[in-house]
Amino acid sequence: MVYLTRLEHFNAAHRLFNPGWSKEQNETVFGKCANENWHGHNYDLYVTIKGDPDPDTGFLFDVKRLSEIIKEQVIEKVDHKNLNLDVDFLQGKMCSTENLAIGIWQQLQEHLPPSVALHCIKLYETPRIYVEYFGS
Amino acid sequence: MKKVAVFRKEHFNAAHRIFNPAWDDKKNFEVFGKCSNPHYHGHNYELIVKVVGEPDPETGYVMDMKVLSVIVREEVVERFDHKNLNLDTKEFGSLNPTAEHIAMVIYELLRARIDQRLDLQVRLHETERNFVEYPA
Repeated sequence: MVYLTRLEHFNAAHRLFNPGWSKEQNETVFGKCANENWHGHNYDLYVTIKGDPDPDTGFLFDVKRLSEIIKEQVIEKVDHKNLNLDVDFLQGKMCSTENLAIGIWQQLQEHLPPSVALHCIKLYETPRIYVEYFGS
Repeated sequence: MKKVAVFRKEHFNAAHRIFNPAWDDKKNFEVFGKCSNPHYHGHNYELIVKVVGEPDPETGYVMDMKVLSVIVREEVVERFDHKNLNLDTKEFGSLNPTAEHIAMVIYELLRARIDQRLDLQVRLHETERNFVEYPA
């Protein structure tokens, strides 16, 4: 078993805000992250797949193709966007790093060939905060 | 005359939009691309403040780094962290919040608080790969 990771970047605005709560409750729970005018981050995305190398190519999967799928299915949808307003796969969800990682997993799972097993989505929101999602 | 440079690093994150209000959306998009997204996007900004001078003979300090840290937090971090630079700050109400302009604004804010005998320069990273320095 080999694990292969591709690193991509994007930046976006967002806001942590529960529409079912009052302004005060949102500020109590989310602090300055609830700013109604948004704030933003540079995100670093690590996508890890796993499997055995193909005997003919020596590749687990063509990493160039992996990069294209990540760019088409994730980066183009989120880069320089407002996560709350502009991203179809986050509509109706809280735009936390946790939910963003789960959403990215689902986006990629749908578009990777069945022979490629997704292992981990590791998503840095800042250089000091990151989440990992393993699909369950 | 033996001068030493001392550096303090701080960080903040913010949403912004690069946009010239004298232009229509089409021209803004042609010039600024996805950075002009009307719904904003955002960054983790990293700020490196450089202070140059001769170490004080009594303390050995060019400048007390604790004092420098407090000044940077008061003048920059509290003002810009988790804010929308276009909407939430008076500094960028009518000034396009490019990295260049943000660095120039930060320089002026800090210059007013730091001993005039000391030289000052700021470096602002908008992403890991894009950064500016002022004065050049």
